Amino acid sequence: MADITEKILEELSKSEPRDTLELASLFNQDHQKIVGALKSIQAHADLVSVEQQTNKRFETTEEGKHIVDNGSHEAVLFNSIPNSGMPQSEVMKLPYGKVGLSKALAAGWVLIDKSGGAQLVKKKVENIEDTTWKNLKLIASGKFDEVGEKEKQDYKKRKLIQEVTTKSFLLRKGPEFSLTLSKLETDLTSEMIASGNWKNLKFKAYNLDALGVPPESGNLHPLLKVRAEFRQIFLEMGFTEMPTNNFVENSFWNFDALFQPQQHPARDAHDTFFISEPKLSSKFPSDYLERVKTVHSVGGFGSVGYRYNWKIEEAQKNLLRTHTTAVSARMLYKLAQEKDFKPTKLFSIDRVFRNETLDATHLAEFHQVEGVIADYNLTLGNLIGVISEFFKKLNITQLEFKPAYNPYTEPSMEIFCFHPGLKKWIEIGNSGIFRPEMLLPMGLPENVNVIAWGLSLERPTMIKYGFNNIRDLVGPKVDLEMVQRNPLCRLDK
Amino acid sequence: MPTIGIKRDSLFKALGKTYTDEEFEKLCFQFGLELDEVTSEKRMANKELGKVDSKIDESEEIIYRIDIPANRYDLLCLEGLVLGLQIFLGQISPPVFKALKPAEGSIIQMKVLPDTAKIRPYIVAAVLKNLYFTKESYDSFIDLQDKLHQNICRKRTLVSIGTHDLDTIQPPFIYDAKRPEDIKFVPLNHDKELNAAEVMELYSSHVQLKQYLHIIKDSPVYPVITDKKGVVLSLPPIINSNHSKITLNTKNVFIEITATDLTKANIVLDTVVCMFSQYCKNKYTAEYCEVIYADGACHMYPQLVYRKENIIVEKVNNIIGINQSGISMEALLSKMSLTSKLKNDTELEVEIPPTRHDVIHPCDIYEDVAIAYGYNNINRALPDTNTIGSQFPINKLSDLLRDIIAQAGFTEALTFSLCSEDDISSKLGYEKVLAVHISNPKTLEFQVCRTTLLPGILKTIAANKKMPLPLKIFEVSDVVLRDETAEVGARNERRLCAVNCNKNAGFEIVHGILDRAMMVLEVPRGSSSTEKGYYLKKSDDPIFFPGRSAEICLNGKTIGKIGVIHPNVLNKFELTNPCSAVEIEIESFL
Repeated sequence: MADITEKILEELSKSEPRDTLELASLFNQDHQKIVGALKSIQAHADLVSVEQQTNKRFETTEEGKHIVDNGSHEAVLFNSIPNSGMPQSEVMKLPYGKVGLSKALAAGWVLIDKSGGAQLVKKKVENIEDTTWKNLKLIASGKFDEVGEKEKQDYKKRKLIQEVTTKSFLLRKGPEFSLTLSKLETDLTSEMIASGNWKNLKFKAYNLDALGVPPESGNLHPLLKVRAEFRQIFLEMGFTEMPTNNFVENSFWNFDALFQPQQHPARDAHDTFFISEPKLSSKFPSDYLERVKTVHSVGGFGSVGYRYNWKIEEAQKNLLRTHTTAVSARMLYKLAQEKDFKPTKLFSIDRVFRNETLDATHLAEFHQVEGVIADYNLTLGNLIGVISEFFKKLNITQLEFKPAYNPYTEPSMEIFCFHPGLKKWIEIGNSGIFRPEMLLPMGLPENVNVIAWGLSLERPTMIKYGFNNIRDLVGPKVDLEMVQRNPLCRLDK
Repeated sequence: MPTIGIKRDSLFKALGKTYTDEEFEKLCFQFGLELDEVTSEKRMANKELGKVDSKIDESEEIIYRIDIPANRYDLLCLEGLVLGLQIFLGQISPPVFKALKPAEGSIIQMKVLPDTAKIRPYIVAAVLKNLYFTKESYDSFIDLQDKLHQNICRKRTLVSIGTHDLDTIQPPFIYDAKRPEDIKFVPLNHDKELNAAEVMELYSSHVQLKQYLHIIKDSPVYPVITDKKGVVLSLPPIINSNHSKITLNTKNVFIEITATDLTKANIVLDTVVCMFSQYCKNKYTAEYCEVIYADGACHMYPQLVYRKENIIVEKVNNIIGINQSGISMEALLSKMSLTSKLKNDTELEVEIPPTRHDVIHPCDIYEDVAIAYGYNNINRALPDTNTIGSQFPINKLSDLLRDIIAQAGFTEALTFSLCSEDDISSKLGYEKVLAVHISNPKTLEFQVCRTTLLPGILKTIAANKKMPLPLKIFEVSDVVLRDETAEVGARNERRLCAVNCNKNAGFEIVHGILDRAMMVLEVPRGSSSTEKGYYLKKSDDPIFFPGRSAEICLNGKTIGKIGVIHPNVLNKFELTNPCSAVEIEIESFL
């Protein structure tokens, strides 16, 4: 290659401009090699100036070559016919006999004599001039300009020649023209700086269209990045994080404390994972348990209750918590045991478990996001207000609230937001004011209201990142490349 | 949440108004319902068969599938839904439901015999007199019973409904519990007399009925209702007899409801009576029945109780965050089927009709005021609760460590807390591991709570074989351990696990991560001789390659394990490249 680059420069020093195609035939090299050498000259510096050329030329085809070597089909035929003529059937057997005959007839070189019975091809003229052969020879030797345009079109139609477009470059000396290539440096090194040699060196130009080397990098999981954003929002709003690191819970705190009756469908084995080992819990605050039993079975605290036979055995059953509200219940009970009630804001984001039918958007475990505020005289308007501020931080401003039913909140509201991408209202969470039947047995003051809202972490994450299958987001089947390519999580953007 | 399918045109005809789908959806939203789907019989049938959504043919009847709140039993049929919506729209005022006493001596009696206490102790009953069914109302009547059976009746375990053509049977009726062989009748839509044991056999493969058989199957006696002549009315909670079957020509309907929960039995009876008494000649009335228990206790049903509850206007305003007068609150409540009157300037007396058994506390009335007012008309105001936020310490520590491990070039996995028993035992080379066991898993994937993070990470690596090596994966999350001293007998433990997978095991890589974690946690390198700081102690563990594993100790206490994963373990997790792993609990660093 170095050889060719220098040969090119040498030729250019003799005369300019020079075409790369011409150089290719001069050096007897493939044109691509000349172009390659040219690129490496260009990479060094402004040694040459380059102008792209488009050349059209004609080449003979296989059949065309045959004519160049043997003469046109009609001439070959003419020369094969003896003066006495030749039967047409014989003529047809000659190479290219059929084409040759029709061309020779058209040219008026031969005739067909039918007088003797069998058809006989006879010469009509003495001498012929084989122009086709001459023209094709010209084209084959590159002198296609000397052949008329009409003839060339005719030969093209007869598939004797074809048009070829080639790109070549016209070279002239550049401002930094020299006969040799100095070696180009790819990178600045400490030696160059120490020796000061960098001043004399030429550096190879960068290809700015190329990508850099991907850095070796660790990555956090996309869902947990969204969790971090939600945590941040709660913390900014002054909420304290609840201790939710207890997946195993008993039915008492998961259901009974929340005034969820013992025959409620959610307590069915179809919806809840019950635990066989350790099967039962036995430690409960006894006074409180008694009050819970009363409010379920006969009512109290202003309620007529559910009026059924409440059983401790049902409350003792251990399970995997179905919601983090079980933890909220424990926290509110704890709050009620303190001497003076202190207004409190609590939040949690952690795993909950449902024995549900699994599909593309449902797993047996998912993360629940929950916010709880306990204070004197809180209103439904306050709940709507705080939810609005919370979602504003997620850049969700169009909210609507729908009446709903939930055993432990009254009033209850489903939260809907308008999704501009999907162009429709979608449910994003649940909310409500905890029922007096839940709070008063705990011992909270009567004028303390507790407002709460919850949503899943997976659903907004799937919507944000466009996942259709939850298994692509969580679990061992997750594509780690997705984790590595996942962008920054800025829910407010 | 129950979903009901209602024929759109019948609904609009009953409401006296035609809506677009969007308008009706909006009305549902305000009232607390959800228009789940606009569909047709054919389309629903196709969906059931798993066929791709077919287009609704224009000639087909449109069906609205509507989600009903789980406690609004009064909205589970067309009749109730129309009544509720018409009242909400202010088109009509709530009807008054009444139970009438028949002429002296003609009251229908139901005698309860003592053996029923062994299996299904309660029964309530009522009669709907001079009723005219159309095909549509007849279907709705059957549908409502089905919806009630599926929901409040808890698949007939708590309550079950039997309805009969009163003119085919002769009171007084007897509710008894007998040996299955002694109960003989022709079951509904069957042609042969069978005894109860044979009935159970007959339905053991019946698509709908087989799910109810367990309720009485193993009992020595089955509940049964018979008439004066011993004709069987029903075998609750399984099937009625064909003899007393209701038809389109039935004029007088006898409703009997057996139960293990009397409150729910009354709710169900009230609901059926309230929804269908509108078809009686004497609209919105039913006839009392008398239930007489063996101890002589005597009760009249249906109760159709109108309960009264006083609410304080100011309190309602305060809890919702609105400012309405008592008069306007009265108007709001009437939209929700609750009739009220102003007792004085500050108090309202609210009458709760027998259609609204969901109202059990004044807070349920507050909600109705809020719904009638419109949730989205309430002024949105931030609470002025001032508090200082704080993080849960173990979560804060976890997040700090997650950042450190990720900064060291590891990618975070997020795997499940539940797994198969094999995942934590045999696959890791253990025979049995003490763990929290789930009693009712639907699949093998949910047998136990994980006791280690390692299997999840190994599965993640196995699912990512296309990724270039090395693969460095970590997770910081909870495992669940059995603990006798914990309140529920188990507790979570926060763990950190990191795995390096490459062409060679690279023990030093995970060892380096451990050193890095200890460095940022400011724990010095120690030794077993001093039992100070952290150090490794040689150990044998089937998870790891022999001679390539250690326990990790912190101040003399074991906090985790480190080592080169045993090829047998790799094999069980379908891994082909060597791995080394470290797993420690991090609660000791709080």
